[in-house]
Amino acid sequence: MRKISYVQAINEALHQVIERDKQIFIIGQGVTSPWYVGTTTVGLIDRFGQERIIDTPVSENTVTGAAIGAALAEMRPIVVHPRMDFMYYALDQIANHAATWHYMFGGQLSVPLTIWGIINRGGEQAAQHSQALQAIFTHIPGLKVVMPSNPYDAKGLLVASIKDDNPVVYIDDRWLYEYVGDVPEEIYTVPIGKGVIRRKGKDVTVVAISYMVNEAIKASEVLEKEGLNVEVLDLRSLKPLDENLLLDSVKKTGRLIIADGGWKTCGIGAEISAKIAESNIFKELKAPIIRVSLLDVPAPASSVLEKAYYRKAEDIVSAVRKNLEV
Amino acid sequence: MKRTDINIPSEVLRRVYETMLRVRKIEERVAELVSKKEIKCPVHLYIGQEAVATGVCANLQRDDYVFSTHRSHGHYIAKGGNIKSLMAELYGKETGCSRGRGGSMHLASPEVGLPGSSAIVAGTIPLAVGAALAFSIQKRNAVSVVFFGDGAVNEGTFYESLNFASLKKLPVIFICENNLYSTHMPISDCLANTDIYKKADIFNMPGIRIDGNGVVEIYKAAKEAVDNARKGGGPILIECMTYRWRGHVGPNDDIDKGLRSQEELDCWMNRCPIKRLEKNLLKDGILSESERIQVYKEIEKEVEDALLFAKESPYPDPNEDKFYNGVFKS
Repeated sequence: MRKISYVQAINEALHQVIERDKQIFIIGQGVTSPWYVGTTTVGLIDRFGQERIIDTPVSENTVTGAAIGAALAEMRPIVVHPRMDFMYYALDQIANHAATWHYMFGGQLSVPLTIWGIINRGGEQAAQHSQALQAIFTHIPGLKVVMPSNPYDAKGLLVASIKDDNPVVYIDDRWLYEYVGDVPEEIYTVPIGKGVIRRKGKDVTVVAISYMVNEAIKASEVLEKEGLNVEVLDLRSLKPLDENLLLDSVKKTGRLIIADGGWKTCGIGAEISAKIAESNIFKELKAPIIRVSLLDVPAPASSVLEKAYYRKAEDIVSAVRKNLEV
Repeated sequence: MKRTDINIPSEVLRRVYETMLRVRKIEERVAELVSKKEIKCPVHLYIGQEAVATGVCANLQRDDYVFSTHRSHGHYIAKGGNIKSLMAELYGKETGCSRGRGGSMHLASPEVGLPGSSAIVAGTIPLAVGAALAFSIQKRNAVSVVFFGDGAVNEGTFYESLNFASLKKLPVIFICENNLYSTHMPISDCLANTDIYKKADIFNMPGIRIDGNGVVEIYKAAKEAVDNARKGGGPILIECMTYRWRGHVGPNDDIDKGLRSQEELDCWMNRCPIKRLEKNLLKDGILSESERIQVYKEIEKEVEDALLFAKESPYPDPNEDKFYNGVFKS
């Protein structure tokens, strides 16, 4: 199959969906900029014009609200937040409006909206330009949340998010943008709510999301050499969560490590741990669950501190060894 | 057409009169039912402000959009929402316009251009801008109207929305219903500059202040604004000076709580928008005394029918929500 990068996969998905469907448009800060949103939107403005590629003032809450309003008027907008940190401004529109609208009006209306949040960290950007807020959005009823870890899913989940009749928070990570992988040229979807086993194993399950999936695969390769057989489960969707896949894997291995690029407290790892704790599989666990996640500390600037702050494959390797007591 | 040149046909005036009266009669009945604790959800009554929603919506087509607030009953009725569904919603019934999930503050009726009301102050202002953006992309000849109170002017999204709408010249009409109070606070205690209409000027957008108790003036101003927006003339901010006879929430008038004075309320009750129009219609022979009595009777019957419908309707089934049905569209 043809190989392209994660960022090219996103760009291709956008070109294809906007071309095919007049209801789709993109709105947000920097969508016509050559660098603001990576190169994800390259070529869109030249091809589709200002009417459907709308670069906006720095008004996150209103722009998100406008995207919701357009979704209520038979459009399928994609609203972009070039850094998740800026989405706090838009939380009112996302949580109080987009998320509630279908239920609150008894199912009469829906908000077919893709809310695209980009994690853009590292490079000494510090606390307000580095956040990974998946847990916040996953907490809110009425939002679906997806986090692609590779180019194939980046395209397929983006198309699925846009086609979905509900608000979907699509979270990508600029650390993944140059990753190259198999991507079909035609348009396709990856189902929302379905995880996938990236690597089969029997000794321990590592549930990972987004960037941490690749770190988990690297970790599993290291551990393989030590004779340890790691199963890597890529959740892909945080809501709905593929509970069956999770339970089946942990039942098989009896051991669970969760690798997430967000903060620990009330994070995705906490939720997954609780799901296991509430299930019958809890009794079959051979060792306590370990969460590999960020400490509850704002992101630092200095690269020395950054190196210590972000989790990598070696942290997953240590967690697996600790769990297996090897 | 300029406002001053607009003549309102008699049948429109009659319809406007009936709509205002319908809003008033429903709201008065709702107030009683809240006092009796028959209606349990919080209600923000529109009594005294009827001319604003009525005068504006009389200029709209079915597929024009109206976005509303926590004080939503008047907008819903004026845009053509079904009053049986409204009453059932206030009773928390399955037959309510939001199937008992929304309550008084969350009314919608998409088939008549009511895509929802929000209880977050200023929450629907950007939604209206977005709907107008959609209309402009779709080259539809529709307009989007948003009603909000004077209190909403203190939210950042109000300013962001005015800027974006003016920047893109969108067909959106911002209607500020200035009833002089932001919940319990006089607006002069919340705004450094209480000339709300002047805030449009900063965004190169027209802004006007009109008498919010004069339905004829509101109708004319709205007509000019709607016609202009439909022709691609862009947005406008219309500040309507009015007054709510009841308190911020519930049937009481907040005078006992010391929030405002009897003199102030009396002064505004003397400027009742319905009585004012009624007097003129009788004087001009558009409405006879016997017709007036007939209209009252018919509307009172409509209200009682709606009430009966609400009372007799079933409650929603809690089992449905237990399994998260209805959170996502499938």
